[in-house]
Amino acid sequence: MDKMIYMDHSATTPVKKEVLQEMLPYFSEFYGNPSSVYQLSSKSKLAIDKAREQVAKGIGAKKNEIYFTGGGSEADNWAIKGIAYRHREKGNHIITSKIEHHAVLHTCEYLQKQGFEVTYLDVDEYGMVRLEELEAAIKENTILISIMFANNEIGTIQPIKEIGQIARKHKVLFHTDAVQAVGSLRIDVNEMNIDLLSMSAHKLYGPKGVGALYIRQGTRIDPLIAGGAQERNKRAGTENIAGIVGTGKAVELAYDNLEENNRKLIALRERLIKGIQDKIPHVRLNGHPEKRLPGNVNFCFQFIEGEALLLSLDMVGVAGSSGSACTSGSLDPSHVLLSIGLPHEIAHGSLRLSLGLANTEEEVDYVVDQLTGIVDRLRMMSPLYDKIQGGI
Amino acid sequence: MYSEKVMEHFTQPRNVGEIENADGVGEVGNAKCGDIMRMYLKIDGDVITDVKFKTFGCGSAIASSSMATELIKGKTLKEAMELTNKAVADALDGLPPVKMHCSVLAEQAIKSALVDYSKKSGVKIEGLEDVDFDDEHLHDLPENEEE
Repeated sequence: MDKMIYMDHSATTPVKKEVLQEMLPYFSEFYGNPSSVYQLSSKSKLAIDKAREQVAKGIGAKKNEIYFTGGGSEADNWAIKGIAYRHREKGNHIITSKIEHHAVLHTCEYLQKQGFEVTYLDVDEYGMVRLEELEAAIKENTILISIMFANNEIGTIQPIKEIGQIARKHKVLFHTDAVQAVGSLRIDVNEMNIDLLSMSAHKLYGPKGVGALYIRQGTRIDPLIAGGAQERNKRAGTENIAGIVGTGKAVELAYDNLEENNRKLIALRERLIKGIQDKIPHVRLNGHPEKRLPGNVNFCFQFIEGEALLLSLDMVGVAGSSGSACTSGSLDPSHVLLSIGLPHEIAHGSLRLSLGLANTEEEVDYVVDQLTGIVDRLRMMSPLYDKIQGGI
Repeated sequence: MYSEKVMEHFTQPRNVGEIENADGVGEVGNAKCGDIMRMYLKIDGDVITDVKFKTFGCGSAIASSSMATELIKGKTLKEAMELTNKAVADALDGLPPVKMHCSVLAEQAIKSALVDYSKKSGVKIEGLEDVDFDDEHLHDLPENEEE
C-alpha cells in the first residue's frame, strides 16, 4: 500500500469538503467584521447566527447558550476558571477525575495554586468514574464537577446522565469536556443535566483553532478573555467567522449521519480489535469493551515500547499514537493508562488507533498484518520478552 | 524528529541477539522508565571480538544500542572504556535533547558488561571503578521540554 493509512482521528481529522466549501466565502468575499454596521458585516453576523443554531441543535441546546471559542482547550479553561472565579464566594472546591485531558487537569492544578481545592477521582480498570465516589466527594463548598464525556486515549464513555443527576441533586454545576464526544455520540444537554460543555471542531472534520462552550442559560460565569462585546460580552475578540461557519457545518453533518457513521466505525473497530487479539499474543485491550467511542482502539503490547511501535508503523504508512513516555516528552507514560491500574512497563507499550470515516476493512486488515510482524520483530529484540520465552 | 542514521539503525539494527557463553553481560535501565539495554561481549585477550545486544525501548534506544555495538566491535578494552555517550550520539548524527539519555544508557550498558567481564575473569580494567550506574538522573529533562 502506497498511500498513508490515517488512524489517528482522535488527534485530528481532515476538514470535510462540504465544510471547506461553506467556509471559503468567509475569507475573501464576506470578510466584514460582524461588529460593524454596513451591509457586508451583516453577512458575517448571519453566518455566525446560523452556525450557532447548528451547534445548538447538535447537542439539544438553545442558540443563545453556545459561545464560540478558539478551540477545546480554551473552552475547558474558560468553563473551569470562569466558574471557579465567579462562584468563589460560595465555595472553592472542584471535583474532577484523574483521567481528564490536560486542558482540564492543568487548569485545575493552576487553580489549586490560587487557593482552590480539587478532588481528583480515581477510575476503575475500564476508566469509569464510580458514581458513589463522586457523590461522596461532594461537600458544602463544592462549586463544580468536571468529568469528561469520553476519554481521548482509551475511549471510555462516562455515565454522563447519572453524573448530571448527582450534580443537580446537590445543586453543583456540571461541566463536561466533550471534545471527543461531540459528533461521535448523541448528546442532549437537558436530558443529561449538563451545565457546561466543551467542544472542538477539528475532531469532527471541521477546522482547527475553533470550538465552543455551551453554557446553560442563567449560569453565572466570568469571561476568560476580556475585551470587546463579542459573544454577548462573554468572549472578546473578532470572531473567526470562517472557522465558526465550519464548526456549524461539521456539527450538522456529523449529527445528520451519526447512526450510519457509527455502525460503520463500530464494525471496523471490532474487526481491528478482534484481528489484533487473534493474531498477537500478550496484548491487553484498554478501555471499556462496549462503552467506548465508536472509532477508538487502544492496546498495550507487552515487552515492547510504544514509540518504537509508532515509528515502525509509520515506515509502512500507518499513522497512530501512543501513551508511551517517549512520545510525550515527559518521563511517565500516559496518566490515563496509569490511572486504570497498568504498571509503567505495560503502559509504555500502548498504541492507540482511532478510526475515521475514510478507513476501510482492507486498511484494517493491512494494519493487523503489519502490526503482527512489527510486534514480533520488536519482541525479538526485547530483553523482557526472552525472559518470558525462557520461562523465567 | 530523528536523523536518517537513527532511523537506519532502528530499522536495521546491527548485532541484535545474544552470545552464548559470553565473557561479559551487562544490563542497565529499567522497565518502569521504558528502556532496558542488555549487552553481551565476547573477549579474546585485549580485544572485543563480538558484541550483541537486546533492547526494550524507543527508536533512539534501539539505534543507540546498535551504534554502540558497532563502535566497540573489534576494539580493545581500553577503547571500549573510552567510548562516550556523546560519541554514540554523534555517530548517529545527533539525538533530540530528550533522547540523549538513550546514548548514556548505551555507554553504561557497555561498561556494565565490562564490569561483569572483569569480575568473571579477574582482569582489572582501568577506570571501571569510577563508573556510576545510577540511571535515575539520566532522565533529568530541561523544564521547557514538555510537550
